Parts: sequence; C-alpha cells; structure tokens
Amino acid sequence: MTVYFLCVVLLTMGLYCLVAKKNIVKKVLGIVIMDYAVNLYLIIIGYKTGGVAPIIEADMPLSTLERFVDPLPQALVLTSIVIGLGVMSLMVAMCIRLYEKHGTFDMSVISKLRG
Amino acid sequence: MANIAPQLYALLVFMVIGSIVAIETRNLLSAVISVSAVGFALSVAFLFLGAPDIAITQLVVEVLVLIILIRGTILLDNTAVDTHRDTLAVVTSLIFFGLILGFGAMIFGSRGFPEFGQPVMRVSKVYVQTGLPATYAANIVTAVILDFRAYDTLGEATVLFTSILGALALLRREGKVSREEVVAA
Amino acid sequence: MKGMTLIVKTITDFVAGFIVIFGAYIVLYGHLTPGGGFAGGVIVACAFILLMLAHGSDVAFSKLPEKVAHVMDSAGALAFLGIGWFGMTMGFFFMNSFGRGEMFKLFSSGMILPLNIAVAFKVGSSLFLVFSALAIFRRRSFRAMIEDELA
Repeated sequence: MTVYFLCVVLLTMGLYCLVAKKNIVKKVLGIVIMDYAVNLYLIIIGYKTGGVAPIIEADMPLSTLERFVDPLPQALVLTSIVIGLGVMSLMVAMCIRLYEKHGTFDMSVISKLRG
Repeated sequence: MANIAPQLYALLVFMVIGSIVAIETRNLLSAVISVSAVGFALSVAFLFLGAPDIAITQLVVEVLVLIILIRGTILLDNTAVDTHRDTLAVVTSLIFFGLILGFGAMIFGSRGFPEFGQPVMRVSKVYVQTGLPATYAANIVTAVILDFRAYDTLGEATVLFTSILGALALLRREGKVSREEVVAA
Repeated sequence: MKGMTLIVKTITDFVAGFIVIFGAYIVLYGHLTPGGGFAGGVIVACAFILLMLAHGSDVAFSKLPEKVAHVMDSAGALAFLGIGWFGMTMGFFFMNSFGRGEMFKLFSSGMILPLNIAVAFKVGSSLFLVFSALAIFRRRSFRAMIEDELA
C-alpha cells in the first residue's frame, strides 16, 4: 500500500509544480514528473510477487507462465513513454516561441503583456 | 521469490527527493538535471518490477528528454525567475495537495483494491496463455502491442505524429516577408 | 549550429555506426527479446542526434536530409496503416495474415516484424526532425533581421 501512496505523493508534487510555479520551464518539468508517476503506478499495479518478465524462452517449463507479471499495463506504458516525449517536445516548442515573443520565461510577466 | 520491496522503497524515496530538488531549486539547469535523475531511477525501478522493455525505452527516452530540455530552453535563458511568491497560488495548491493525498489514502485503504504483488490478471491471463501459439512472438509485450491491441498502437502513433507535427509547425521558419512590408509596418 | 572539438568528432565517428547497428538489432529482435520498434527507433534517432551535436547540422543533414526524414516519417505511419488494411482483405483489421514461420526464429510471427520496422522508422525520423527543428531554430526571425539592417 505504501508503494501506491508514494506514487500519489510524486503525482501531487508534479501537480504542485504545475500550479504554483511561475517559470514555464518549471511547469513543463512538473508535467514530466506527473508522467513518471502515472507510468510507475501502472507498472506497479501489474507486479506479481516473485514475478519474471513476460518473455518466453524455448526451454522454459510451462509452469513459468504462472509467474509472469501482467503484460497489459507494460504494453500500454511502452507507447505512453514515447508519446510523453513527443508531447514534451511540443511544450518545449511553445516555450521557445513564448520566449521569442516576450523575452522571458516568467508567466506573470507574459500574462500581463498585451499583444 | 526475492522480496523487492526494500529496493523499490529506496528508489521511490530517491525519486521523491529528486523531485523536491527539481521543484524548489532556483537554477533551471539544476532542475532539469534533477528531473533526469528521477527518470533514471524510474528506469532502474522498471527493471526491478520485471519490465525490461519499459526500462530500455525509459532509459533512452530520458537521454533525449535531457538533451531536448537543455538544448531547447537552457541555452536561451538560465536566469532564475526571482519575483515575489504568489501566496494565494501556493496556499491553494497546498490545500489541493492535502486533499489529493487524503483521497489517495481513502482509495488505497479501501477493500477491493489489489494488494501490491497480487495483480488482477483477468484479461492478461488470456494473453499470457495464448500469446505464443497465436502470434509466434516470444515477447508477450510485443505480441500485445502489435497483434492483440494493434489498433491501440495505431491510435498512439497518430497522437505522436500529431504532436511532432505541432512542434514542427510552431518552430517553422517565419514566412518570407518583403522589405517593403517591413518598411510600411 | 556549429560542431564541437576534434576529440568529440573523432569519437563520434567511431561510435555512431555501432549505435545504428544496435538500434537495428533492438528493432529486428523486438518479438524475441526485450525491445521493439519504439525503443529501437529512439536509439537510431539518438545516433543521428549525436552526429548533429558533434559535427553540426550540415554534416547530419548530409547523412539524413530533412526531406528524406519527412518522407520516412510519413511512410512509417502509412506502412503501419497499410499492413492493417492488408489484414482487412483477409478477414478483419490488423489480422495476422502473413506466414507465421517457425517459433523463436527471426522471420516468424507474421506481421509483427514489419510493424516493428514501420514503428521504428516513424519514431526515429520524427524525433530526429523535432530535435533538428529545436536545435537549429533561429532565435532571430527574418523580419527582425531586416529591421536591424534598416536601423
């Protein structure tokens, strides 16, 4: 149970960084931390005590199939990690554009400027 | 039957400390490097949790995250934003923090939620049992993402395509303007 | 974007080819060992990004021109969709209708190997493209250059 709770702590820290920080790069870092927390939570849910990786070998006894960890969350997280990278590069592109337009990363300055 | 709980706790505490440093430090370069430390610890945690596919992907992606963040943002401006703190935002988010932690404790304390180490494998049992005879792929994770659930992967490839397209559209070179237009403006 | 020192360039020349081979191995054996199209594509993209960081963007674009990367990106996505539609002709969308081959061999498991390669092309070339756009992005726009020239 404590493992799940630490994952939620990590998620809320990312959320705090996203809400309370002024620097837009810090906000991006908060989203990245939330991404990590969700991925880790999904993998932890699928872990089986004494489990092995779900990869079959040729000379493996059939009983080993019972010890495999859950492959379904792993399959979903595998694509989610790469998508997180793509979305992060989109956010970095937005940050660069904002910096080019306003000359600063400070959110309070950017939102005060008009035009 | 190795008990991996101590290693997992150590890695999680390391990740929490790393994120605290990343959130509270004033130097952007230190923040980015701390977030990358969290990512590498996450990769090791995936190895402990029996997910080598995810560990490889996370390790390589983490290198790219570090390079993109440093190359894209830190080179522009490394000065810390040093204005006064918005106390209302901090207090609101701290209340948020407490509420979410409370809800988390409530949910994970309730019965019916699977204990750590005892997953509910209702769907996955079929994948594990029939994965090799149905697809001839020894790696069950690959069998799931590219055969049983290839439709999902198509959708996620579309999401990746769209986000990269958005980044390229944002960063395209500005359209050629003639000298007369600039003079007139 | 300029390159780095001679030491970095020499080491990069030694290493980059091996990184591409390793990425290809991760992609091709994705259905037998840990790995797959996503991880392998990112590794191959890392090799070209290493070239770009060490030698500058001109050398990297001479190895993999921007137009070719765009075409590979779209071709990977289209190949993924096309394999799905090929299954449609045999029965249903993404039906594994290719020959299965022999278990635990490289050419087995039907459409999983082509799909892995398509995903690798898609992920690798798109990440290379987005990194090159981020790295060589001109901070000063065309309009600002003309304005400076006039001032």
